[in-house]
Amino acid sequence: MFENFDAILLARMQFAFTVAFHIVFPAFSIGLASYLAVLLGLWLKTGRPVFLRLFDFWKTIFALSFAMGVVSGIVMSYQFGTNWSAFSDKAGPVIGPLMGYEVLTAFFLEAGFLGIMLFGRERVGRGLHFFATLMVAGGTLLSATWILAVNSWMQTPQGFAINEVGQFVPVDWWAVIFNPSFPYRLVHMVLAAYLTTSLVVGAVAAWHKLRGRDWPEVHTMFTMAMGMLVVVAPLQILMGDLHGLNTLEHQPVKVMAMEGHFQSHPDGAPLILFGLPDRAAQTVHWAVEIPKLSSLILKHDLNAPLDGLDTVARELQPPVEIVFWSFRIMVALGFAMLGLGLWALVAALRGRLHDSPWLHRAALVMGPAGFVAVLAGWITTEVGRQPWTIHGQMLTADSASPISAPAVGASLVAFIVVYFAIFAAGAVYILRLMGRLPEVKDKDLTGGPLRSAGITPGPAMEAQDGH
Amino acid sequence: MDIDLPTVWAAIIAFAVLAYVVMDGFDLGIGILFPLFPERKDRDVMMNSVAPVWDGNETWLVMGGGGLLAVFPLAYATILPALYAPLTAMLLALVFRGVAFEYRWRSDTGSRRWDLAFFGGSAVATFAQGIALGALVQGISIENRAYAGGWWDWLTPFSVLTGAALLAGYALLGACWLVLKTEGGLRDAARRLARRAGLATLAGMGVVSLWTPFLNAGYLDRWFGWPTIGFSLLVPLLVAGAAFGLWRGLTRGPDWLPFVSALGLFVLGYAGVGISFYPWMVPFALTIHEAAAPDESLAFLLVGSVVLLPMILAYTAYAYWVFRGKLRHGEGYH
Ligand code: HDD
Ligand code: HEM
Ligand code: HEM
Repeated sequence: MFENFDAILLARMQFAFTVAFHIVFPAFSIGLASYLAVLLGLWLKTGRPVFLRLFDFWKTIFALSFAMGVVSGIVMSYQFGTNWSAFSDKAGPVIGPLMGYEVLTAFFLEAGFLGIMLFGRERVGRGLHFFATLMVAGGTLLSATWILAVNSWMQTPQGFAINEVGQFVPVDWWAVIFNPSFPYRLVHMVLAAYLTTSLVVGAVAAWHKLRGRDWPEVHTMFTMAMGMLVVVAPLQILMGDLHGLNTLEHQPVKVMAMEGHFQSHPDGAPLILFGLPDRAAQTVHWAVEIPKLSSLILKHDLNAPLDGLDTVARELQPPVEIVFWSFRIMVALGFAMLGLGLWALVAALRGRLHDSPWLHRAALVMGPAGFVAVLAGWITTEVGRQPWTIHGQMLTADSASPISAPAVGASLVAFIVVYFAIFAAGAVYILRLMGRLPEVKDKDLTGGPLRSAGITPGPAMEAQDGH
Repeated sequence: MDIDLPTVWAAIIAFAVLAYVVMDGFDLGIGILFPLFPERKDRDVMMNSVAPVWDGNETWLVMGGGGLLAVFPLAYATILPALYAPLTAMLLALVFRGVAFEYRWRSDTGSRRWDLAFFGGSAVATFAQGIALGALVQGISIENRAYAGGWWDWLTPFSVLTGAALLAGYALLGACWLVLKTEGGLRDAARRLARRAGLATLAGMGVVSLWTPFLNAGYLDRWFGWPTIGFSLLVPLLVAGAAFGLWRGLTRGPDWLPFVSALGLFVLGYAGVGISFYPWMVPFALTIHEAAAPDESLAFLLVGSVVLLPMILAYTAYAYWVFRGKLRHGEGYH
């Protein structure tokens, strides 16, 4: 099996598959960790039990999602070596220390305080428990910061030199970390995580609303989620626009692929809304275009000239078909999110936020939209960088390990089978938990097996220590 | 004074790997012992005894791997492809056991399945780590800054032996952890298992130690040449001391003694591997200095590590402290 495959193609498929699974969990954990910290903070401040109940409800879901994020992440950190060893050898001196800092500042922080956050409220007292929750939330954000510095450096590398054995070596760490695309990518990704989480929280609330469960928890969730959406969705669109302008400056070929511009336009390029890009024919079939709009968006001038892919050698063009579509999916979902937020805002202003079934249905349908947009966004970014691993410096074809196709193929199949089985089960458990808010309400939510998982309650502990 | 950064980093990475081996060792060991406890309530306690700390334990694995990429990229880029199959198996196994911690409480009908996943994942991950160690001790072939062997080279009688020895060793750590953290019948059962696992571990260490010098003349030299022969004589003595502590702790005495003695055994075994290796990163193929990243990379990460590692150790210790003490059946359940 796999003898006739190209080992590099298989390695790319494996990386794309495993990282695409991984990113789903961070996108949710980053937002949810912050949400949990906010809920706990509100409870400590106001003393209203609804916040604590929501904290306990989402905490259990967080634990599940976090565990899946951890195990899929560990796979990622070894995959650079197993599948991309040439890349690791060459780029390790630059990206390695950044990932090292991710481990030291973020992963240990999350892992060290996670146990206390999940199981330790009675053991350490409220203040320290809140502190642990803040540390977990902070850890997820730090983790995003470092890994995005790494990824951004691969997109827009600077601050390095090449040594005698061909390795990238750091010259200026500040320039390496704060490379041109990093600030944009970081903000765009963190906002994406917040959007993803607020859409999920909103959908869970909407689902319970549609089943007639008009409880304070449901109200609070829905209000918080829609409030977040209405603020973050427009920010994200603004940020996306800035990100795109930055990409135009540093990776113009990627933007040509996103826009589907095979031809150069010396006096104003059209915005192609839809069409079927065809790399072989170097054209977009059945294009629906708005004249000159692309130049207006990208250059703020109707008649500004824009280069097209005809200025780029064929073998240096990214797979236009994929990038063109993934970009449109992301942008369309971004505007759909904005629409939902505005709808909720109008409903709230008219005092009907909590009894508009159609709004609730829309919120339910939009529940997974964040995940889809995140994946579409990453596909745009990564596929648009091809054929480079390190933009303009190192080709993907030169990055792989000297591993034969059967080995890569067999492990790819194993990853696919295991991930689908494991993460499908996880998704079922998470959905089941989300649907169980009623039981949560019946029971005293300070209980449940998770938090209490075998932990000696504080008082009993003290009694025992006293012996 | 010039600091020899590669050597400093080799010591830090060695420490991270040791931390991983002993910490994840006992929680993997719990998984290995899982099927030997037929009662669900016992297994609940076993899993709960590590639930709050396993994630932190496993982070040392990321530190070991990520650290290698950062400071010894060439070692990372040659060792990982050489160990492609066992490492892939390990990663997949860790996926199974990692999610089992959460999934098992989420389903009543499926909990047996996740118990099995917890056991299978722990056992396969351990075996794969042992194989990886054995394969590394045997040496791997490197040409032109790349792995130059086949993708089955890691599989030899020696590496299978180290895999089996590590299974026994982690089972020992797990059983001793249970002696420390539980009471009553569960602790008694753990004591019995620890005795057996202890014997198997000592046997495994013995055979591996006797075999290693004959894998390569370099090792023979190292262990029987001057002045290192001093170590060769000292290490078995210390091992005997630790074994005595273990035996004593398991027959009459305090519940912490077996765990501490088992840790001692691991540290000694690890030191033995270290003696064999130094100054190689990959024995007889790649030295620490050849594998190291340029000094700018090493220095940049070292500055932070000096501050962060003590902090990490402190809050890790705190997390263990918060969850100290014995666990009882069904405690905290509703
Ligand atoms: C934007 C954020 C982001 C991105 C792009 C990535 N990750 Fe991730 N990662 C996280 C955000 C995150 C996180 C939020 O910090 C996680 C998710 C859940 C968790 O446990 O922490 C995490 C977990 C996580 C872990 C487990 C940490 C632990 O043991 O606690 C590892 C080893 C990695 N990741 C490694 C990677 C690698 C090698 C990536 C690149 C290919 C990567 N992550 C992309
Ligand atoms: C987390 C979200 C991410 C997703 C969904 C993602 C997606 C992808 C996809 C689809 C590919 C394959 C592209 C192709 O071969 O056509 C790829 C390749 C790759 N990405 Fe990412 N990526 C993500 C993050 C990262 C990060 C954070 C890094 C760096 C640390 C990274 C480094 C790479 C590397 C090394 C490859 C393989 C070489 C290559 O094909 O360029 N990716 N990724
Ligand atoms: C509608 C407005 C949006 C615009 C104009 C926009 C623009 C962009 C652009 C240009 C990129 C590629 C940058 C590069 O590779 O250099 C990108 C990437 C990305 N987008 Fe968007 N985006 C929008 C909405 C969204 C939404 C709603 C989400 C998720 C909820 C999202 C998530 C992402 C992610 C995760 C990436 C990959 C990481 C990165 O490069 O930042 N985007 N976006």
